[in-house]
Amino acid sequence: MPKRVLLGLLLACGLAAPALAQEPKTGGVINAVIQPEPPGLMLAQVQNGPTQMVSGNIFEGLLRYSPKLEPLPELAESWSVSEDAKTYTFKLKKGVTWHDGKPFTAADVLFSMEMLKQTHARARTNLAQVDKIETPDDYTVVFTLKQPFGPFLGIFEVGSMPIVPKHLYEGTDWKTNPYNNAPVGTGPFMFKEWQKGSFIRLVKNPNYHEKGKPYLDEIYWQIIPDAAARSVAYETGKVDVLPGGSVENFDVPRLSKLKDTCVTGAGWEFFSPLAWLWLNNRQGPLADKRVRQAVMYAIDRDFAKDVIWNGLGKVATGPSASTIKYYTDDVKKYPYDPAKAKALLKEAGYKGEKIRLLPLAYGETWQRWGEAVKQNLMDVGMNIETIATDVAGGNQKIGDWDYDIAFTYLYQYGDPALGVGRNYISSNIAKGQVFNNVEGYSNPEIDKLFADGAVATPDSKRKELYEKAQKILVEDVPVAWMLELQFPTIMRCKVKNLITTGIGVNDGFKDAWLDK
Amino acid sequence: MLSFVAQRVVKGVIVLLAIVVLNFFLIRLAPGDPAVVMAGEAGASDQVFVKQLREKFGLDKPLPEQLFIYVKGIATLDLGFSFRQQAPVAKLIAERLPATLLLTLTAFAISLMLGVLFGTFAARFAGTFLDTAITVFALIFYAMPIFWVALMGILLFSVTFDWLPSFGYETVGANLTGLSHAVDVAKHLIMPAMTLGLFFMATYTRMTRASMLEVKRLDFVKTARAKGLSDAVIQRRHVLRNALLPVVTLAGVHSGTLIGGAVITETVFAWPGIGRLMYDALLQRDYNLLLGVFVICSAMVLIFNLITDLVYRLVDPRIEFAS
Repeated sequence: MPKRVLLGLLLACGLAAPALAQEPKTGGVINAVIQPEPPGLMLAQVQNGPTQMVSGNIFEGLLRYSPKLEPLPELAESWSVSEDAKTYTFKLKKGVTWHDGKPFTAADVLFSMEMLKQTHARARTNLAQVDKIETPDDYTVVFTLKQPFGPFLGIFEVGSMPIVPKHLYEGTDWKTNPYNNAPVGTGPFMFKEWQKGSFIRLVKNPNYHEKGKPYLDEIYWQIIPDAAARSVAYETGKVDVLPGGSVENFDVPRLSKLKDTCVTGAGWEFFSPLAWLWLNNRQGPLADKRVRQAVMYAIDRDFAKDVIWNGLGKVATGPSASTIKYYTDDVKKYPYDPAKAKALLKEAGYKGEKIRLLPLAYGETWQRWGEAVKQNLMDVGMNIETIATDVAGGNQKIGDWDYDIAFTYLYQYGDPALGVGRNYISSNIAKGQVFNNVEGYSNPEIDKLFADGAVATPDSKRKELYEKAQKILVEDVPVAWMLELQFPTIMRCKVKNLITTGIGVNDGFKDAWLDK
Repeated sequence: MLSFVAQRVVKGVIVLLAIVVLNFFLIRLAPGDPAVVMAGEAGASDQVFVKQLREKFGLDKPLPEQLFIYVKGIATLDLGFSFRQQAPVAKLIAERLPATLLLTLTAFAISLMLGVLFGTFAARFAGTFLDTAITVFALIFYAMPIFWVALMGILLFSVTFDWLPSFGYETVGANLTGLSHAVDVAKHLIMPAMTLGLFFMATYTRMTRASMLEVKRLDFVKTARAKGLSDAVIQRRHVLRNALLPVVTLAGVHSGTLIGGAVITETVFAWPGIGRLMYDALLQRDYNLLLGVFVICSAMVLIFNLITDLVYRLVDPRIEFAS
């Protein structure tokens, strides 16, 4: 029932809205929920989810990405790639100013790259491909790569590569610069006020470089720490937008049915969050491929999707989400088959050794999922012990490889070279860090496929390499892939065009308007 | 009296120092590392980034050195820097202090006044229906978990009746000033203050009732009655005043914890106080901020204990300060 209601709402609101194509109206205030409170708003230095959600309105990147992940102009109005796929030339938009009135130029881009290399872990990894950056004039930036890098055009959205003002940061201590607490960007909204523990207020940038935009006067990001209280805040009309993940999943069907409420699952295409179970390949029963395969067969992933996630999301087929490039479902399939799981366990000689399961401390939904998986695994005869911990404690255990099975979900950033390979290549086995190859899977063939895939040309060659990698990984089951997660955004139907790109709510509200 | 205060202050400083050292190690005993938490949130997995963060936090230094640096800071009233929030700890705590004090002091005042009042009534009319009613309600409020009372309050007064706001300190974006602002804050304050206050009220009610019934049986009350004093005077001057000592003790203990805020109440009602600051700091292993809140809370407990001892003397002149 909830599934059908949701689907109906998705169709009614998410898909029908663009078709109606009304003329945007200006003015109005949006109250949105932000959870948890961001530690800071300087996007080049703080990269957690809530920071990007708020600061995606203040800062901008060179590009944005469509739901199909095609590049769209933002601070760069056009770009070109050389024949050898090693030189990328960006033409910057003219007439763009920072919120303090100073002009934006290529020097800001160059300076931002220098800062990001030191402060932004993902940007540093991506920029490692770059040999040199030149600015022949004020409005041209040329990146020359050491070798072709397939996903290069995919690394320029605001969260991955925010452009910061050189004139306010050059020659200062970046970490303690006063503008960290009152950030100045080129974006559609300007920072106005932050009452810690209460709200963050952004106001319209009257000099924004896209004529007529933004349409809204102000955005209030309300900080409400309790999930039930966030639902009530929406129910009582105090907030208009609940971005994906801000309420517990079991509240989504109820809230969706409220009057004048629209729901959309769009806006996660770039991130494509994929949930899986880390399986410690190094030790114990899980070192045996057959036991890992048994885990895949033992878990009822459709049940997890339909009951725990209220029908949202999609059962994962392998290491890539279906929304990112070079995805293939032409891989070995693991339907729910407890009998097969039992047979595999028997074949592997599993004798009831204890296996520690680490759920993810991200709230009630994840807790329930942990219990369901435990039940599934115990049903096929595995001896599971749940280890209770908070997020920080869990991360430490995973980073120290002190676990057998652990829940996680990670973003994929649109391309296997950016968000998939990192979890399977052996050069990413490093104790003490989470989110790398913590399962300890090591396969020279996979290492080579990902290494070649990142630099191969043309696109068809990359496709071939990544499809092969997916097939091998799904056979080996280094981790147990669960679901492609979907975090629906819930909002009043009067809020139009809130999500227009594949980056969703994190891309700022410059297209959003209120149909009053 | 002065030497009594001086003696207590010296003892207090030693206790505070012990608390700092103990907490410093306790926090670090918990699994989890602030650098890994932050790297995780940034979606970063490379060693350089985590190493950089550790250096930035000073976590790469040996523990005794970290402790020395921290204690040196405390001695100069510097609570350190929260790297996660990129701000001095003292500033972060000071920002949250007014909201916390408003909430906890209101709850404290409500609970103490109503608690003593109801307790007195219950004792005065012991064995009657009124006594039973008060005792039963006190027991219910004492037993109900705060988060449940909070959620039921929200369900009833915000969702069903729409009388009171469900979250926050004020109406965001209303830009109210003067009296209308005060009324707005008061509206937001009612539910959290009552939620927190009801629990304490129940405690004071039960304590006052029990203590008064005990005092009522004593000889000097009989004497007062024999002297022909009115019942009101006996209850107020002779019974209540003597019965208040344990209540003062309890209130003293409670008031010391006021500054720490009320983690659950503040979380459910999105009240921007210190309790939530502490909770977030704990989850994120923001060591300096967490220790800062602990130091301030411990200092307040010590100060309020001292005040309680001084109030004792006012309530009961028989008590003398040992020099």
